[in-house]
Amino acid sequence: MSQGRSPILELNQITKAFGGVEALRGVDFSLYAGEIHGLVGENGAGKSTLMKIIAGVHPEFSGRFMLDGRETRFRSARDAHAAGIGMVHQELSVAPDLTVAENVFLGNQPTNRLGLVQWRRMAREASEQLARFGIHVDPMTRLGDLPIGLQQLIEIARVLFSGARIIILDEPTSALSPPEVERLFTTLRKLRDEGTSIVFISHFIEDILRVSDTVTVFRNGRKIAETASADTTKGALIEAMIGRGGEALEHSYTDDLMLPQSGGGATVLKVDQLSLGRSLQDVSFEARSGEVLGIYGFMGCGQLELSRILFGKLKPDGGTLAVDGSAKTFRSTAAARRAGVALVPESRRAMLFHQEPVYKNVSISILDRISALLLKPIRERAIAQRQVEQLQIRPPVVGLDLGMLSGGNQQKVALAKWLTYPPRLLVLCEPTRGMDVGAKNDVINIVRDLRAKGLAIIVLSTEPETVLSLADRILVLKRGAVVREFAGEAVSKDRLLEAA
Amino acid sequence: MASSDSATARADHKQPHGLGSFVRSQMRNIAPFLTLIFLSAFFAIASPSFATLDNVGNILTQVSVTGIIAVGLTFVILCAEIDLSIASIANVTGIAVAYFTLQESYVNIANVPMPGWAAIVLALALCALLGVVNALGLTMIGIPSFIMTLAMMQIAAGVSALLVRGQIAYKVPDLITTLGSGSIGGVPWIVIVAAVMLLGGHLVLTYTRFGRYVYMVGGNREAAEFSGLNVKLILGSVMVISAVCSGIGGMLGVAHFGSAQQNEFDTYLLDSIAAVVVGGTSLFGGRGGIGNTIVGLFVLGVLNNGLDHVNIDSFLKILIRGLILLAALIINVYAQRLRERAAE
Repeated sequence: MSQGRSPILELNQITKAFGGVEALRGVDFSLYAGEIHGLVGENGAGKSTLMKIIAGVHPEFSGRFMLDGRETRFRSARDAHAAGIGMVHQELSVAPDLTVAENVFLGNQPTNRLGLVQWRRMAREASEQLARFGIHVDPMTRLGDLPIGLQQLIEIARVLFSGARIIILDEPTSALSPPEVERLFTTLRKLRDEGTSIVFISHFIEDILRVSDTVTVFRNGRKIAETASADTTKGALIEAMIGRGGEALEHSYTDDLMLPQSGGGATVLKVDQLSLGRSLQDVSFEARSGEVLGIYGFMGCGQLELSRILFGKLKPDGGTLAVDGSAKTFRSTAAARRAGVALVPESRRAMLFHQEPVYKNVSISILDRISALLLKPIRERAIAQRQVEQLQIRPPVVGLDLGMLSGGNQQKVALAKWLTYPPRLLVLCEPTRGMDVGAKNDVINIVRDLRAKGLAIIVLSTEPETVLSLADRILVLKRGAVVREFAGEAVSKDRLLEAA
Repeated sequence: MASSDSATARADHKQPHGLGSFVRSQMRNIAPFLTLIFLSAFFAIASPSFATLDNVGNILTQVSVTGIIAVGLTFVILCAEIDLSIASIANVTGIAVAYFTLQESYVNIANVPMPGWAAIVLALALCALLGVVNALGLTMIGIPSFIMTLAMMQIAAGVSALLVRGQIAYKVPDLITTLGSGSIGGVPWIVIVAAVMLLGGHLVLTYTRFGRYVYMVGGNREAAEFSGLNVKLILGSVMVISAVCSGIGGMLGVAHFGSAQQNEFDTYLLDSIAAVVVGGTSLFGGRGGIGNTIVGLFVLGVLNNGLDHVNIDSFLKILIRGLILLAALIINVYAQRLRERAAE
């Protein structure tokens, strides 16, 4: 399809290392006008790094970078932006305190001759652009008041309509609902037909196959394969990604799955009539030892608030909470931790210290168990080393700053910090979000091990697959209320979606 | 030629712990130290009286009160908070210890004489109490530390005013007099106290669990909370530590100056903040430490002292100090950026 045309972007032998860890090794990559190019690969395979080089975020690398047939070197993201390259990063980067319109026009608000912002024009144009994308919101609403999925769509819209001719989307669909994904794809196809080049990174291989023209597979910082999407299959891509037979790893969960008849032992957590503002209404449930309780619901169903209440970060308006039979009102997260509750939030940034070494990240939650007054760094490192080996965190260097690890490995560190002294109740929010198949499997195995050790585990997710792959019993949360419980019966993705 | 330069620079970055990335990540520690060496060399050449043992002693004595106050402030800034009430708390504590000491008959203050130890204990209790008020305002009510301690600055100044009513007190307990103005074997006690407190602060920050918590809370407060740390308790503690260090600095300062009066410590607010920040402790929290503060103290001390030796217009001195502070702030922000890039 690209024969006879020269690529608008051509990279040769790109190599990039972070503190001695090679993230990319001699990668070639070309992008043509009017194509959607899908990138797949496990976490840490180098996809995001390559895209950040294209978007000028990493100005230092070795290799040749040709834009429009001319050798180019961006010194900053601003240079790349000026050259018509726009990127939506994996982590949401919006200004929650500004209005929707200001976010859409972030950095280039329309101004009159005096340099004053033309609010009415900005609001009108923002609302027109968003409407083209199927989003109908008041452009003067504060962005932070909207659901996360909508915020992400607005961020994508900002880049899509910025006039960029090369658009890079890093995991754009992870927080989107199926209809929102559909809208995004329609818009992407339209932009492609108008001649825009789009790079699309996703762990959802079905999405990649549906929307992209070409797919490139990365593994361990190398490009493994590049093929037309029409000529490949999900199984083949997974195999290329992880370098082993893929079928067994990817379970589609479209068929019925039998939940165990009665799982679990003693009740560890009992929640009764919990309510919080408009977010939660009379939520009651129990979590039992040796059982994984899945809580499924769409974005904004109250999961986040629920997890925060369990860990003492939010105080409920009403209702009670008991751990091991004794009623608790957590005054702080420290109190919840002491009561044996642990939480891994959905955002790695909220959980980890990027500028500190891995071992300090692992030991922070257990310092009071290993040291009364003075620190014991040797012990800390030994504990961290054990966790790093058990969870196969790469690179296995506990003294490395956490920021140098890839996203999936950071996620494992976030889990590792609770595992040395296992808690009574482990609450996991979106434990596998943004992870590749291999890392997902690792996490699933870790959770099963912990269940076998008798922990009570709660998994909260907006992805049905996550809940189905982990849970022994499933609650469906809808608009802050428990609407359905699946226990000891058949369940499938369809039934979950139906209930929510 | 330029291209070969950039090629070597690139090669450096590929090294696991290449010199380039080491220097970049350590910029925050290196820059203040270079500044100190440069200033010392400059004044040593410009003035024969600067680089003498006597003058080194002078500088040490001159930075002691600032040093004592800066110990606590370092904790606060490491947590990405600020304490603007340090000078006022120092002042009110110094005045309080004099207020509880019998003054000469010509001092027209309605004071409450007490035994020396009781005066010291009461003065310490006062500064700790003010620190607790700061802590409660910050953590329980949620007032930003900038505003809370701005209010406390006024409150402490108000208490000072009520205690001395425009008068000057001279007497403080003997222990305070000795520590503030005495010396042992030629070394002023106040230098020893400052050194001990700086060392103590360093040990706490580096080797204790609490010190680690301070760095972690400063590095990422949200992550600290999600790790189950009692962030409010840690923030509250640093505010109290800061107030108590200020109080000790205030008591010894009063003995050092030989009098206790209103507005005596006003310049110490900026000096202490400058010492911490010039030394390279990050205003964004989580980076730096007492070592940086010590370097910062000496940069300011050498600068203040050296400018006296080179016979410069005393009004120009203020401008020069301001410019040096600005330069340090630029380095501080820039070093943060370099480090983030090195850690990417």
